[in-house]
Amino acid sequence: MKRSVPLTIVFVTAVLLIVAFFIPHKPFGDLQSRFLNWYTIVSGFTFLLGLDSLTRHHLVRVFRRVEGWGYSLVLVLALFATMALGFYSWFKFQSPFALRAPFMWLYTYMIIPLQSTMFASLAFFVFSAAYRAFRIRNFAATLLLVAACLVMIGNVPLGSAFWHDIGSLVHAIIPGVSVDKLTALEGFASIKDWLMSIPTAAAGRGIGIGLALGGIAMSLRIILGIERTYMS
Amino acid sequence: MILNIIGTWVAATLTIAILSFLYKDNPLYRVAEHLYVGISAGFAVIYAWAFDVYPMLVDAFRNNLHQKHYLEAWILIVPTILGIMMLCRSIPKIAWISRWPISFTVGIGAGLGIVAGVQGYLLPQVSDTLRPLISVNNFVMYIGVIATLFYFYFSKEHKGALGVVSRVGIIFIMVAFGASFGYTVMARISLLIGRFYFLLHDWLPIIR
Amino acid sequence: MTFWQRISTVDRRILYVLLCLAVALPLILKPKTQVRVSEPVRSAFETVDKLPEDAVVMISIDYDPSSAPEVQPMLIGLLRHAFKKNLHVIVTGQLALGLPLAEIALNQVGPEMGKTYGKDYVNIGYRPGGSAMMIGIGREIRDYFRTDYKGVPLDSFAFMRSVHNYRDIGLLVSLAHGAVAEQWIQFVGGRFNQTIIVGCTGVNAPSLYQYLHSGQIKGIIGGLQGASEYEALIGKPGSATLGMPAQSAAHGLIILLLIIGNLGYIISRRKKKQ
Repeated sequence: MKRSVPLTIVFVTAVLLIVAFFIPHKPFGDLQSRFLNWYTIVSGFTFLLGLDSLTRHHLVRVFRRVEGWGYSLVLVLALFATMALGFYSWFKFQSPFALRAPFMWLYTYMIIPLQSTMFASLAFFVFSAAYRAFRIRNFAATLLLVAACLVMIGNVPLGSAFWHDIGSLVHAIIPGVSVDKLTALEGFASIKDWLMSIPTAAAGRGIGIGLALGGIAMSLRIILGIERTYMS
Repeated sequence: MILNIIGTWVAATLTIAILSFLYKDNPLYRVAEHLYVGISAGFAVIYAWAFDVYPMLVDAFRNNLHQKHYLEAWILIVPTILGIMMLCRSIPKIAWISRWPISFTVGIGAGLGIVAGVQGYLLPQVSDTLRPLISVNNFVMYIGVIATLFYFYFSKEHKGALGVVSRVGIIFIMVAFGASFGYTVMARISLLIGRFYFLLHDWLPIIR
Repeated sequence: MTFWQRISTVDRRILYVLLCLAVALPLILKPKTQVRVSEPVRSAFETVDKLPEDAVVMISIDYDPSSAPEVQPMLIGLLRHAFKKNLHVIVTGQLALGLPLAEIALNQVGPEMGKTYGKDYVNIGYRPGGSAMMIGIGREIRDYFRTDYKGVPLDSFAFMRSVHNYRDIGLLVSLAHGAVAEQWIQFVGGRFNQTIIVGCTGVNAPSLYQYLHSGQIKGIIGGLQGASEYEALIGKPGSATLGMPAQSAAHGLIILLLIIGNLGYIISRRKKKQ
């Protein structure tokens, strides 16, 4: 029961979906539609997984007064306050995200700054790490650095301005070369466009084909019951 | 209006609290971090209710009963039970019950994944690679895809002809990673620009 | 410690201050910059521009506040463009935390362009399920979204009465910060032949060029640069255009420091060899 039923469920649902792709008519199409609907409903319950362990862990820390229990109290209070505001907003405004709802205030003035700033601070870490660790130790690293610099300069107006200066310099050395024609080439931006659309796309495609084949192989292993790690 | 002003100051305080970590770990940062986790967890509960349980179960059940679609209404018991079984994962003694809904979701994922992998990725990407070799770009694309695939073939040692093709593959991969790095730096700095704009325009009206 | 060694190991907080100045000063001084429009963004713009009046555009909000500075200007630009062309807009999403951002944008751009909720655009909200939901609404949207995000039945909105699945949607726009755009392309573009354009963060843009090359998507608006290009095309500069001088300065600084750091590395290595 603990093993055979889950394996059967995996096999039946996966095979049904594959068959429904080729035979979209009744009963396969209808069954597929129903199963996809049920999948959506069940996925929503996964939001709540982890909430229990999170709440229990931090409540225990508060009641036992362990070191840093004040932070756990902040977390628990924030959790319950958010739930209270959310349900109140849903009842009063038919949606937690109605513009005048208190829940929307919480979102606009707490979630947005907290989440945005968490990720914005990564800019500092990327900046500092790139300066301290990015060294051209070999040919591959040099290639990586050159490609990165070309993309960075091609992506911003600084690249156009710099290219214009190069054009002026070339014109000063070789007066026959027109600055306007050279500037119009938009060298750095054009190089960046080519780098993205051909070599980057080619490498991404090669990696993607490998991933897709691996994903198909893994899906087949799961369907046939060879791979069972999802049951642990 | 007053709520907006209070909100702006709260947002600015939280922004500075998170950025203070750049100097060193401190209580203000820890409070902001725990606040973020608590609020996010609270959001998860509201989402589960407002965007899943209520519209897809409660409202759907009521609506089907009203329209006398009794099978459509009562069959919703099945995903409800599956959802509740999923929550049993939190109780160690009966955690094995959650295997059924997990198997259901994994089966759906596997079935959809195979079809999408072939129809949505493999076939279009491979057919686009096989273009006539009449332009430099087509030739470079062809060589790049083949060489990258060869680089990731580890069943044989990369010597001789395979070694040469693998080294060409590394060149393409390094260019791709360099481009990714360049774009990643751009993305992170864009996020920082957004926060600075908020601080210098919305909070302290230095930018007009 | 030699000069170059000292330069290579400078305190990271000095680097942070330099970055702060590189970002803040251009925002305050607002130097004028010119935006060059790239082919992927132009292609995305033309795909929207070629839609006939009253066509339906579905915009999927697949990002959240962590990517809002890059992607929100794209949403605002797309809404302005769509409303100018008198297109009907349906907003949905795969990331629940992103839907309020859509609400903020709709409430800014809708009244600005003289458009009314329900008559010209609708927010149908979010449902979990990812790819299952994407495929499911290929049969009937009402299987997942019987009402809009406020609980009003979809059939109450005149233009929604004739919209049932992807056959009735002229264009799908995925504004994404993760792999969700690829899910739309593989699950919906492949199965239903839906026309798709993607607006994405800079982190995801490189992985999407292969889809553009194969024709699976018609355009990419990548990162803040892409957003500023789209603003230039619709003739209404916004926050993305405002951020480009700061972006330029920061990129210039990082390239300069990379050159200095590597110069120091090469010189130190040569001295060691000697």
